[in-house]
Amino acid sequence: MADAQTSATPRWGMVIDLDLCTGCEACVVACHAENNIRIAGDDQAARGRSVNWIRVERYFEGEFPDIRARFMPVLCQQCDEAPCEPVCPVFATYHSEEGLNAQIYNRCIGTRYCANNCPYTVRFFNFNDPVWHEPLQNAWNPEVSVRSKGVMEKCTFCVQRIRKAEMAAADENRPLRDGDVVPACVQSCPTRAMSFGDMADSSSNVARLARSDRATRLMDDLGTKPKVVYLKGLREG
Amino acid sequence: MIAGGMNDAASINTDLLRSVFRTGKWWYLTVLIAGSVMLAAGAAFLYQAYVGIAVAGINRPVYWAFYITNFVFWIGISHAGTLISAILRVTGAEWRRPITRCAEAITVFALMIGALFPIIHLGRPWLFYWLVPYPSERGLWPNFRSPLAWDFFAINTYLTGSIIYLYLPLIPDLAMLRAKSKGIRRRIYSLLSLGWSGTPLQWHRLERAVRIMAVIIIPVAVSVHTIVSWDFAMAIQPMWHSTIFGPYFVVGAIFSGIAALIVAMAILRKVFHLEAYLKPVHFNNLGLLLLTMSLLWFYFTFSEYLTGYYGNEPAEMQIFWSKVSGPYSPLFWAMVVCCFIIPVPILAFKKLRTITGTLIASTGIVIGMWLERFLIIVPTLAAPRLTFNWGHYRPTWVEILITIGTVAYFIFLYAVFTKLFPIVAVWEYKEGIRPPHTSMEPTQSEATAAVSAD
Repeated sequence: MADAQTSATPRWGMVIDLDLCTGCEACVVACHAENNIRIAGDDQAARGRSVNWIRVERYFEGEFPDIRARFMPVLCQQCDEAPCEPVCPVFATYHSEEGLNAQIYNRCIGTRYCANNCPYTVRFFNFNDPVWHEPLQNAWNPEVSVRSKGVMEKCTFCVQRIRKAEMAAADENRPLRDGDVVPACVQSCPTRAMSFGDMADSSSNVARLARSDRATRLMDDLGTKPKVVYLKGLREG
Repeated sequence: MIAGGMNDAASINTDLLRSVFRTGKWWYLTVLIAGSVMLAAGAAFLYQAYVGIAVAGINRPVYWAFYITNFVFWIGISHAGTLISAILRVTGAEWRRPITRCAEAITVFALMIGALFPIIHLGRPWLFYWLVPYPSERGLWPNFRSPLAWDFFAINTYLTGSIIYLYLPLIPDLAMLRAKSKGIRRRIYSLLSLGWSGTPLQWHRLERAVRIMAVIIIPVAVSVHTIVSWDFAMAIQPMWHSTIFGPYFVVGAIFSGIAALIVAMAILRKVFHLEAYLKPVHFNNLGLLLLTMSLLWFYFTFSEYLTGYYGNEPAEMQIFWSKVSGPYSPLFWAMVVCCFIIPVPILAFKKLRTITGTLIASTGIVIGMWLERFLIIVPTLAAPRLTFNWGHYRPTWVEILITIGTVAYFIFLYAVFTKLFPIVAVWEYKEGIRPPHTSMEPTQSEATAAVSAD
C-alpha cells in the first residue's frame, strides 16, 4: 500500500487548476464530441434540459466596476462516498473497482433520485430521445453508446479511453504509465489547466499536484470524498 | 342477524342498501364525468411515456415536482382510513361505527392512486417491475439500501393490509347482499362472502381477525409515511435532511387523511341521505381530532423551520427564504392559512364545529397539505448548492391533467364502490344500536367453549 505500485488497481483522479482556466469551454465541446452528448436545442435548453457532462461555471467576485469573473469547470466528482449510489433502487449507478462512479444506462429506470441527491448537480437526464440532424450522426464516437430517453447520464472520466489504454498496455505486456489515459476535456484544454491520472500512484502527476497547498476539493465537508481536485491561489494572482 | 325482523333493522337495511340497489341519474353523471377525465389523464400518461417525460415541466435541477407531490399527498390521504378506523376500533370508540367503512375505502383507493405516481414519474415507466425482487435474467436484486425500494415494500404491505382490513368487516354485509340480490350480482356476492352463514363460530373468528388486523395496521401505517418521508430525509439536500421528517410526515398524513374523510362523509351524507347515520356528533368528534392534528402540524412545521433558521447554513437559508419571503412565499403562506389559520378557530369553537364548519376547514386542509408537499420538494431542488445551477419549475398541461385525473379516478372508484357495497357497515352499525350481543353473546361463548373443549 505504502509503495506506489503502478500494477495495483488505479484510483483515477483529476486536477483542475482554476488559476489557469480561462473559461474557453474547449473542454465542453471536446466532451460533447467524445461522448456523443445530445444537442438539446434552444427550446429544450431554455427549459433546463441541456446536457453538459462538464460545464464551466462562471461566478463574479467583487462589486461593479471592480469586478472579476472566475471560472470553474464542474464535472462528476467521482466521489468515493457518492451520495448518488445508495439511493438508486436498481443499481444503475454503482462504484467500480477503480473507484469510478459508473452509470449503467440500460439498468436505469429513470427515478432521478441520484440526480436529486447529487450536491454538485452533475447528473443529466434524457427527458426525450436525442435528435441528430443530418449529417451529425456521422460524427458519433463508435466507442460510446447513444443514450435513449428516460435514463440518467453523466461524466464517465472517459472510461472508454481508460479501457483502451489498459488494453494497449496489456497487449504490450507492460503496466500503465502515467499519462497513458487522457480524457477528452484534459486533452483539449489549451492552457493545460486539467490533468488526469492515478491518484493511488504517489509519483503520478495528479498525485503530486493534489499535494499542492493550493489544492481544495469541492464541498468535501459533505463527506463525499471527491476525486476531482481544484487548485486555486490563496491570493489573487 | 340477516333476518332481523325488527322494525328498525328493516329500515336500516333500506337506508343503507339504497345506494347499492337503486341508481340515480346523478350517479351515472358522476361516473361518466369522472371516468372521462380519468381516461383523458390516462391518455396524457401514454403520450408522456411515448414522447418522453420532456412533456412534463420537470427539468434540471427540479427533477421531482408534481408527480412526487401527488405521490406523497395521496399516500398521506390514505392514512385517513385504516389508521383512524383502526385506532377507533382498538380504543373501542362506539361512535366510529358508521364511519369505519368509508374511511377504510378511502385508504385503499388513495393508496392505489398514490402507488401509481412513482410509476408515472419514471423515465422508463414500462420497467417499473425492476423494483420487484424476483430471480430475473438480469441476475440483479433491487438495491435494498435505496429508500425507493423501501417505499415499494412499505406501500405494498400497507395496500395488502388495508384491502384485508376493508374486506373482513365487509363479509357479513356481503352475505346480506347475497340474500337480497339476484342473478350475476348474487353469484358475485356469494363468491365474495366466502360461505358466511352467521354462525357464532364465524362471528367469533371474524371479530378476532378484525381485532388483530386493527392492531397490525397501525404500525404499518406509521411506517409507510415514515418511509415516504425518508425519500427526502435520507438525501443530503438542504431542508430535506431532517431528523423529524418521519413523525412530521406521519402527522401531516393523518391530518390530511382526517380532512379527506370529513369531506367524503359530508358528500356521502348529502347524496345518499345518510343524515340519520352520519350525525353532527361524528363531524364534531372528527373535528376535535382534526384540531389536535392541526396544532401538532403547526408545532412540527414551526420546529422544523425554526431550527433551520437558527442553524443559519447558507444552502439551507437560501431555501428557507425562498419559501418564507421569496418566489414560493405566496404558496407558503397559503399553506399556513389553509392548514392552521382557517381551521383552528373553526375547529376550536363548538359553535363553528358544525358539519359545514368542519367541511370548510377540511377542504382548506386538503389543499394546504398538497401545497406543503409541493413546498418540501420543489424549493429544495430549485436551489442546489452550486448557485450556477439554480432553476425554476412550472407545471405543463400533462402534469396538471394527470393530477386532476387522479382526483377523478378517486371519485370514480368511490362511486363504483358505493354501488357494489354499503358505504356504512350495516352489521357493525346494528351491533352498536342493540344492547351489545343480547342474543349472540351466550351462544357465541358457548360455541367457543364447546370448540375449545373438543
